[in-house]
Amino acid sequence: MSLKIVVLAKQVPDTRNVGKDAMKEDGTINRAALPAIFNPEDLNALEQALKLKDAFPGSTVSLLTMGPGRAAEILREGLYRGVDQGFLLTDRAFAGADTLATSYALATAIRKIGDFDIIIGGRQAIDGDTAQVGPQVAEKLGLPQVTYAEEILNLDKKIRTITILRHIDGGVETVEAPLPLVVTVNGSAAPCRPRNAKLVMKYKRALGAQEKAALMQNGAELPYADLYETRPYLNLTEWSAADVDADLDQCGLNGSPTKVKTVMNISFQAKENKSLTGSDNDVEELVVELLSNHTIG
Amino acid sequence: MMNNIFVYLEIEGRTVADVSLELLTKGRKLATRQGCRLEAVAIGSQLDGIEAQVLPYGVDVLHVFDDPKLAPYTTQPHASVLIRLFKEEKPQICLMGATVIGRDLGPRVSSALKSGLTADCTSLEIGDHADGKTGKEYKDLLYQIRPAFGGNIIATIVNPEHRPQMATVREGVMKKEILDPKHPGTVVKHKVADYVPDTEYVIKVIDRHIQKAKHNLKGAPIVVAGGYGMGSREGFDLLFELAHELHAEVGASRAAVDAGFADHDRQVGQTGVTVRPKLYIACGISGQIQHLAGMQESKIIISINTDPDAPINAVADYVVVGKVEEVVPKMIKYYKAHSK
Repeated sequence: MSLKIVVLAKQVPDTRNVGKDAMKEDGTINRAALPAIFNPEDLNALEQALKLKDAFPGSTVSLLTMGPGRAAEILREGLYRGVDQGFLLTDRAFAGADTLATSYALATAIRKIGDFDIIIGGRQAIDGDTAQVGPQVAEKLGLPQVTYAEEILNLDKKIRTITILRHIDGGVETVEAPLPLVVTVNGSAAPCRPRNAKLVMKYKRALGAQEKAALMQNGAELPYADLYETRPYLNLTEWSAADVDADLDQCGLNGSPTKVKTVMNISFQAKENKSLTGSDNDVEELVVELLSNHTIG
Repeated sequence: MMNNIFVYLEIEGRTVADVSLELLTKGRKLATRQGCRLEAVAIGSQLDGIEAQVLPYGVDVLHVFDDPKLAPYTTQPHASVLIRLFKEEKPQICLMGATVIGRDLGPRVSSALKSGLTADCTSLEIGDHADGKTGKEYKDLLYQIRPAFGGNIIATIVNPEHRPQMATVREGVMKKEILDPKHPGTVVKHKVADYVPDTEYVIKVIDRHIQKAKHNLKGAPIVVAGGYGMGSREGFDLLFELAHELHAEVGASRAAVDAGFADHDRQVGQTGVTVRPKLYIACGISGQIQHLAGMQESKIIISINTDPDAPINAVADYVVVGKVEEVVPKMIKYYKAHSK
């Protein structure tokens, strides 16, 4: 038995390295100032998928993401590492989705992909940290879920069960679950393998439809246009809401029960503070003061 | 009466988790504000007498689902209980701990009920809301307030049309407080089979290890915390040295944890531990909102940073402008000299 694996991934702004220019005057985020990256825990998930593919030859790994045209970037990153096919779910109708509407859209796309044994993604994305999309996709598809996974320990093809080591509060547990299921992987799991040089050569010109359109703006000719006819795998699949038969009332802002009421770039009430230097004198004075008012000692 | 406030109780062994008791305390205040009842849901095994731990927090109704198959926790049976119970009871608000269990269970339940869920709230309030587009007005919604976008902004989330309004909150964010040791509450024992079909028991827990916590960061009276500015795991050794002298615990910012300088369980902030020590020494921490959310209630805050304009300095009582690797050894030296 070979396995059919779907990896869920998100392109995210790199919120870990937010500089001072990342916030606009009005307190909103200047997304342009942040690099877009492959969500880190989704890379941990991809590695678990690729390990299964190594262990069960003939298995296929599909990478599914939702986002704007430029999110095709992470499909290429997946192909460079051993993914067999990528799907970009992209439509204005998906914009403004909260986790519920996101899960709905992903679930419709997974149904379109059809045949699957394991759906696997990162525990959470660094731009929201909610950890909600995995369990919600599982619920939408009526599948069991195993979250906070550290490692897939075993997969029994005959009886179609998977054994997974996962984190719980203050410890770990091992669970046995039936296939198909949804798994979300913790950031402490094995890191993703690097790009494979041969695969980079093979896929470096792979493009999504929106990326091609952007290159052909103002009548410019698409570079290496012939390649996309002779090598169909260079055309990355893009799906709209209509392509996956999505109910528009459940997509994007419409399908999101949660609304952002206000967003504030909060400034804390500045306390009156004592400013010191790192000199011996100042530090000694500080320590003596803390000792005398019994804060320390 | 319908539309009450529900809290899911997390139970390890036969003990209700602190985070659940903290949420009962908050839930009691919200219920009083809304003029509704506070209800709690206990799902597990051997729960006889569990009400003694719960009712004093002001719980009016405790729902008990007691069956050997419900412990240890697995997702679907617990989700099935909440989904069916909430369809009957129609709560206006449901609160859960932002623990591994709460973050596994909450989204599954909210998806089935098509309700909203806001993770890792740092504050919950009641207020009105006017929809900008439709102009529709909503009274007494739950404001779900949380740092967002890596902790660089604070967002207030509302859930105007769908119920229950669901939120998760980390342990330590709310304070637990007994309302009345003799608070009268009703205990309702439900028949589990009516809520959980056998087909939901699909995952088997075959092995489980809970380790005793290696440290008590949450309860430490003094915390020495390091940020990305510590530069390396070795850089943190200096903080452990100072912490050892002061009988303190070592904490870390998210940036330092992400960089691998400190273990994940030492992370202070919205997505880590919330601390309220009498002294917090922030070393090389710039002070993202998500970090400040987890330590700003410390009684005295010292910031040691080369940047005199680091955001954390705004909440500090003492700002030492200097290099951590020079200032901390001096603190150790003068502490040793003067503490005897």
